[in-house]
Amino acid sequence: MAKVLMKGNEAIAVAALKGGVDAFFGYPITPQNEIPEYLSKHLLAAGKVFVQAESEVAAINMVYGAAGAGARVMTSSSSPGIALKQEGISYIAGAELPCVIVSVMRGGPGLGGIQPSQADYYQATRGGGNGDYQLIVYAPETIQETIDIMKESFDIADYYRNPVLVLVDGLIGQMMETVDFEKPVKKRFIPAKDYATTGTANHPGRNIVNSLFLDPVELEQHNLQLQKKYQQIKNNETKYEMINMENPEYVIVAYGTMSRICRSAIESLKEEGIEVGMIRPISLWPYPKAAFNEIPSGVKGILCAEMSMGQMLDDVMISDKGRHEIGFYGRVGGMVPEPEEIVDAIKNFKDKVVK
Amino acid sequence: MFDHVNIKVAGFGGQGVMMFGQLIAYSAAYEELFGLWFPSYGPETRGGTANCSVIVSKKQINSPVFQSANHLIAFNLPSLQKFHDKMKDGGLILYNSSLIKDQVTSDKAICIGIPINDIATDLGSIQVSNIVMMGAYLELTNLFVESTIEKVLIKYLGEKKAHMLDINMEALRKGREYVLEAGVTYA
Amino acid sequence: MEVKYQKTKGLTDKKLSYCPGCTHGIVHKLVGETLEELGMIGDAIGVASVGCSVFSYEFFNCDMQQAPHGRACAEATGIKRVRPDNIVFTYQGDGDLASIGIAETIHAANRGENITVIFINNAIYGMTGGQMAPTTLIGQRTTTSQDGRNQVLTGSPIKISEIFSQIDGVAYLERVSVTNPKQLIKAKKAIKKAFTYQKEKRGFTLIEVLSTCPVNWGMTPVDALKWVESNMVPVFPLGVFKDAGEKNV
Repeated sequence: MAKVLMKGNEAIAVAALKGGVDAFFGYPITPQNEIPEYLSKHLLAAGKVFVQAESEVAAINMVYGAAGAGARVMTSSSSPGIALKQEGISYIAGAELPCVIVSVMRGGPGLGGIQPSQADYYQATRGGGNGDYQLIVYAPETIQETIDIMKESFDIADYYRNPVLVLVDGLIGQMMETVDFEKPVKKRFIPAKDYATTGTANHPGRNIVNSLFLDPVELEQHNLQLQKKYQQIKNNETKYEMINMENPEYVIVAYGTMSRICRSAIESLKEEGIEVGMIRPISLWPYPKAAFNEIPSGVKGILCAEMSMGQMLDDVMISDKGRHEIGFYGRVGGMVPEPEEIVDAIKNFKDKVVK
Repeated sequence: MFDHVNIKVAGFGGQGVMMFGQLIAYSAAYEELFGLWFPSYGPETRGGTANCSVIVSKKQINSPVFQSANHLIAFNLPSLQKFHDKMKDGGLILYNSSLIKDQVTSDKAICIGIPINDIATDLGSIQVSNIVMMGAYLELTNLFVESTIEKVLIKYLGEKKAHMLDINMEALRKGREYVLEAGVTYA
Repeated sequence: MEVKYQKTKGLTDKKLSYCPGCTHGIVHKLVGETLEELGMIGDAIGVASVGCSVFSYEFFNCDMQQAPHGRACAEATGIKRVRPDNIVFTYQGDGDLASIGIAETIHAANRGENITVIFINNAIYGMTGGQMAPTTLIGQRTTTSQDGRNQVLTGSPIKISEIFSQIDGVAYLERVSVTNPKQLIKAKKAIKKAFTYQKEKRGFTLIEVLSTCPVNWGMTPVDALKWVESNMVPVFPLGVFKDAGEKNV
């Protein structure tokens, strides 16, 4: 093991190179600029493709074109920029093309701010593009986990022919942490890209990348086919972690930076004799609904903690199916809660539940 | 020596606050420890001071943010005032006594002033005042093996700033010497 | 018996979906013939746009991608950058290229993307039912300019070839029409030149084709062709707007 200290955004770029990225298309936006900056230098030096597009809209459509032509492609952006990419994302999902999208969340709505946030949970998991499509969404909590997920995301995208969204907040993007790039990645079988538009001289028949099906019968069939794939992804790619779940009194549900803060809060509460467990979703879509079935009996309530006004809360309620009292604690706008706030939130929640 | 330290570094922009924090985090990586650095966030971004947080730990770091620090490195008065009350028991406040003339006290922390601007100016470059502070800080805390910071500095400065290496090493030494000569300790 | 004429291999056998009298079919044929004559069918990757030509991916007998409205040049950029040795072209109408997609088109040109753009200018939105386009002439009646295009409220017809002639990355730029055999031959020559320049990696090439929309113009096909000559050509003069010159060998 060889540890290096690296900024989150830079680590994302390095991990993308290790994941075999062929091309990057993006548009500058804070707080993710170190990703294109790093890749502009290193992709071009390696004879690969980097284009700073004229807009996020153009960038995601360049991704669409390059993915259709069979390349390993990525883009990165932050909240308002990801909003602009929604059109292209829907087309890419509809045309069943692989790509990796990195979203470094900042506060919103609108231009919002540039400080860390988790207010784009809906944007990531529900999407702003049209139609019944899903992105595979991973939300790592450390820079190390971000690297590991980035490296694997290209394989996952290729395997399912579906966009993968790696969702981090601005803190993960901007902080520096000691990391190890040599952790091995799960080997996957990647089918040949026989759909790619490489010219009819290079494959039998004509390849057409398309999301248009004017015939309703065909379009319904296409959707059913997509749903079949999404079910397969749900079965195989759901990721989560259970923390301190042996005999907890309460359970926190949190992801990303918030889950790290909650880990510290859980340690402090343990010292005070209050046992609190945590479900940490790593895949936000597919959401780890099954984890809620594993909550031990005797748990008095679930506290959902987010750096948003309560977006994942929906999935917590859907997954818990009314079995527990559910509370919420959230900070927004770039306000990152300290562990002490979570300790207080659990105590307040406890008081409320006991009453 | 330690399992986990939260360090807050604060000062004016241009005093080398971010570099100071990053050098500590790089040192952690060099010694295969867990290290984490990030620039000011949330309400801390208000008020015209530059600050960063550093965590060095022997185990996986959980929360990247903390309410109270084990160590505060204050490069000017506004920074000291901002973070003075956010200390853990048994903490260390290391401050720039070239700019903060009054003796600093705290119920929770040992307070030690280092005249880093004066020492750096004597060396011929106010720019290395943060490295003087680093020398003093490492002498007091023994956070890393003595040679680590020198190796990290060589890498940090790189070829472009290799000509700055000598004065930086000298600044480190002067910082350490000041602590030894003043007879101050922090165990 | 000797075959005197047959359909180009550059087009599929799929029946065209265009309205009777529309010149899209003619331009498709010219592009298909060009791909065949230059031996490019097997290397070509076309990008269909949104509008009447949305189904062009079914007609050009090569690999195709279908782009979101206006984004064809961005998509073509993505394809060409990862497959620089393929021949990449877009086929776009005036709403797609000159309105919603003008940013993507101008910046692809400015980067000198080595792609060919076939731009169909018929001064109207055909697919959606005859609304005003950015290229609609002053006074021209459309379903969203029912008293004729009002210059004060809606500006003037946008002149793509004139604008793009100012851009360094453009290697070849010509405005043509397909109203008579003579113009047709010129148009074919222009399209062929554009694809040839691309093969030679010269940069961005764009051929603007003045085209008809008899149905939405409310004219017979013959009157529509005459209208192009009498009304469109004075506003959109034909000719070469930029030519980086023959390649020095």
